[in-house]
Order: sequence, then structure tokens, then C-alpha cells
Amino acid sequence: MRDYLEFEKPIREIEEKIEKLSAAATSGKSSSQNDIRKLRTKLAQVEHELYKNLTPWQRTQLARHPQRPSTLDYINELTRDFLELHGDRLFGDDRAIVGGFARFNDRSVMIIGHQKGKTLKERMQRNFGMPNPEGYRKALRLMKMAEKFNRPIMTFIDTPGAYPGIGAEERGQAEAIARNLFVMSRLTVPIIAVVIGEGGSGGALALGVADRVLMLEHSVYSVISPEGCAAILWDNPEKIPDAAAALKMTANDLFELGVIDTIVPEPVGGAHREPRAVCDLVGKALTNQLFDLLDLPVEQLLARREQKYRKMGAVTGLPSGQA
Amino acid sequence: MTWFKKEKPAESAPPPRSKSSEGMWLKCNHCREIVYRKEVDRNDKVCPKCEYHFPISVTERIGLLLDLGTFKEWDAGLEAQDPLKFHDTKPYKDRVKAHQEKTGRKDALVIGEGLVNGRRVVLCVFDFSFMGGSMGSVVGEKLCRAIDRALELKLPVILVTTSGGARMQEGILSLMQMAKTSTAVAKLGEAKLPFISILADPTFGGVTASVAMLGDVIIAEPKALIGFAGPRVIEQTIKQQLPDQFQRAEFLLEHGMIDMIVERKRLKETVGTLVNHF
Repeated sequence: MRDYLEFEKPIREIEEKIEKLSAAATSGKSSSQNDIRKLRTKLAQVEHELYKNLTPWQRTQLARHPQRPSTLDYINELTRDFLELHGDRLFGDDRAIVGGFARFNDRSVMIIGHQKGKTLKERMQRNFGMPNPEGYRKALRLMKMAEKFNRPIMTFIDTPGAYPGIGAEERGQAEAIARNLFVMSRLTVPIIAVVIGEGGSGGALALGVADRVLMLEHSVYSVISPEGCAAILWDNPEKIPDAAAALKMTANDLFELGVIDTIVPEPVGGAHREPRAVCDLVGKALTNQLFDLLDLPVEQLLARREQKYRKMGAVTGLPSGQA
Repeated sequence: MTWFKKEKPAESAPPPRSKSSEGMWLKCNHCREIVYRKEVDRNDKVCPKCEYHFPISVTERIGLLLDLGTFKEWDAGLEAQDPLKFHDTKPYKDRVKAHQEKTGRKDALVIGEGLVNGRRVVLCVFDFSFMGGSMGSVVGEKLCRAIDRALELKLPVILVTTSGGARMQEGILSLMQMAKTSTAVAKLGEAKLPFISILADPTFGGVTASVAMLGDVIIAEPKALIGFAGPRVIEQTIKQQLPDQFQRAEFLLEHGMIDMIVERKRLKETVGTLVNHF
């Protein structure tokens, strides 16, 4: 059974009609094949129109879709010999982040990503993909290990944000995120990040400082959630869709702002409609990017990474003669 | 002629009364006691009842830390663009302009160099009165430039933070300033130049989760509120009341997140002693 989002209601209606007619047809009640065919054509049109003109807020909902392929789905589809490694060696194991060595195109790589979980039970165990400091520190431990053994790093980003809780603050959520940015900016192995779902602020960036940043077409990535933004700037939850638009958080927006390098297209209706095909496309994109990065001398890799972030931002009023 | 010229402006445009010169009494943000304003002013803006350190302006902060008259400001002309064409209840451009008029600064960070007890340092100070000290492109770029100069001149960097975090109105570009500035701090470290971060009330969000917590030595002012998520957000998430001293500097010290809490009147002396160890 498919999960429909609120804005997918027209699609749901047609699909339900088709289902009814098909059921009737198989039980031999009437020859409605023609009707079904017509409905399918209509469905294709409606879908095409709907997904072609998604608003940023609708995209955000797709990016958060419970059936959207997750980090572990990509690992299963794209790699073999994955061995999950646990714990930060300091406090605990945070299940909101998974990571470990895996074999990708016959090459050993380090994969780290947020994991939201699919069933309610799993989502609760994984804290809905909202890491605590120990999650970021586990990620840091694994990244340093990758550097030590000269393995490229691939990260998958999908989180509402770092968890805002008492324990998280006590154990230094801010320090954990800051440390990851600091260390990732200078790691001597290639890093590729893929925003596969929701890129929630600092909690996402803590796995996202990379040589290349890829983003799925319907993913979002933002400094604050549309809900948080609407609450702070408008003090009005009805403004959530406006906030989503104002924040410029879609893949296209981020590409134009120079924050991401490549957009990976999704099938009509979103990645969860054809997860295999999407994994395949992500795999191809990763292969291409990795190929570009593997031969770079370390000094060049680091200089380019530094320049990439240094250029981000929009300022004016540069005094002449100063770079 | 000169006689008239001198008199007129003074008459027609009296200096606007700053907030701190209004009213004789002041309510402490921390202990809620009513205190005599002059007493607070004489005491480096510290509450005489509870030692809470009231926010001070960038100029006061520079005066407090550096030797008199030694500060040279850099890149004061950098200002924000509006890359997102952001518009909430008010266009971002207007908001920036209003804050520029209010503060007389182009954005929320002042950078430059000066002397601490004769020792040359790079100093960066956040201005909370400019859009809550939020970090957007200008703040990020200025931090990087300050660090570039420090690398060039081989000087220690001292950063004073008061900030609500990343600036929402510049969206993802504000978030990216966290990566950009953290990279600069990493390079400073590779050159073995010290980075001292002083956290004043309040320091939150993307600023805490990047430069603020990356100091080789982290100092906080007494009772300053410091954290990643704001107290309101946490309360709404966990649906519980927060413990009394939660996210205060003392709480951070107890949890091993900062090196020391230093009273304002001893801040310059401490920083001076510290930089001489590097």
C-alpha cells in the first residue's frame, strides 16, 4: 500500500478508481479495459503536471517521505561487504547515524549516513534521524579511521537536524558539530556527500563538508526547517509554505547558489516510487565524482575544498586592492 | 563664521540618548533585582547583586580588551547582499538597512588588530545589536579575512561571540559560513597560531556549532547563556521544564565544555597572560 501525501490526493483518487475497475475486470463482471486505459493516460498526465510544478513545501514533504530510500538502502543496493561499526568510544552508540567500511565498485570505502528508520518502532530507536553528540563523534571516529587507511569517504545526509535535548547540550552538541566541520575541512582523503532526503541545518552539515556535494532532485537542504522559520519570523504556522519558498532550499536553488555540484534526477513521484532506479543513478553519480577525485594530490584536494567553501556567500563593498 | 558653525549643529542635533543613558534603574536579566544603573556602569556593566555580566557594545568590548587607542579596524565596508531575495514580514534588504542605521555598522562583526598589554593580536567581536549577532555571508567572510591576516602577520586570534546563530535570511549560505569559518580556524591551527574564543551572553546555534567551540582555549563570561539549541526549542521538544542553570557558563564548565569563566574586570589580564603562553 502506498503512502499518499496530502497534495497527492488527485493521484490517489485515480489510482483507487483503477484498482476498483481492475478488480471488477478480473472477477469478470465487465469489460472495462478501455476505461482503465483511459484512466491510466489521465493518471500519467495528472502526475506529470503535479510533479513538474512542485512547490518547495511539497518537495519538503517528498524529501521527508517515510518510504524514501535511506542510507541503509543505498548501502544495500550499491555496495557489498558492508560491516557496520558502532560507538564513539566515549559515551554510546547513536543509532541515528550508521557507518562502516563497504566495498563500492570493488573499492573499499567508508560510508556514513543519517538513518531515520521506516517503521514507527525503528524511527523511535533511531530518534527520527536526529543525532546526539555521540552520533557525530562516531562519525568523526570513522572518518579519521578512513583517513588513516586512505579510504575515500561517502556520506548520506537525511536528518531533520541535530537533536535539541538536555543530554545533547550536556554532552556538547555544538562542539561535536563544530569538531566535525573543523576536521572534515582538512581530511586528506576524498569526501563526497549526497543529500538523499532532508538536510536539516548544522545537524546535516556535520556530515556534509565535502569535495563534492550531490543532491537528489526532491531533496531539501536548509539552515532552518520551514516550520522553525515560520515560527520565528512570522510567528504563524500558516506561513510554513511561504517559509519553505523563501529559504531557497530545493536542489535547483542550491545549485544556483553554488552550494551543491550535481543534481541526481528522480522518477516521477519521487525516489520512493522506484528506489532501485534511484540507487542506480546515485551509484553512477558517485562513481563519476570519485573517479575525478581519486587521482588528485592531497595538497590540491585540500586547496580546492578550502576554495569551494571560501567562495560561498554573497558580500559587497570590497575595498579595492583587497582580495 | 566659525562661531556660528560650531554652535548650530550642537543645538539642532543633540546626540541621541543611548539606551543605557535612559532611566536611573535597571532590572538585572539574571537575578531580576532592580539595580542602580550608574553602579552597573561603574562596575564594567556587571550586576552588583549577582555578578551577571550585562551585554556590552563592541566599542566597550574593544576598550575592555585592548590597550587604549590601539585598535585598527579592517574591512568595515563589507556589507550583505540579498542572495535569496528574502522577504518575511519585511524585505531582508530593509532589515539590514535599518540595522545599519541603528548601529552605524555594516554588519554583525567587527574585525581588526590591536595590542593586549603590548602584545599584538587580531580581534574579532560580534555585535549582538545587529540582527542578533547573526552569522551570514559578511560575518563569515570577515572572520576568514581576519584569520588570513593573522596567518600573514603570525598573530594570535581572539574572538568574542554574542550571537543567536546563523542568519536565516541568507538561508543555506549562512549555514555554509560554518564550514567556511571552521576551515579557516583549522588552517590557523596548522600554522600553530593560537585561537582564543570568549563566549559572552548569549551564544547559540550555528556560531556555537562552529567557530565559538573551536577555540584552543575557550573562556566564558559569568552566567552567559551558551548552547546549540535555544531553551525554547528544547522545552518544546522534550515537553519538560529545563533545569535552573541549564546552558549557563557554569553549567558548561561543569560539563567540560569550556576552560574557564572569567569576570569582566579580569578578562584583559587573563587574555594577556594566556597569549604569552603561546
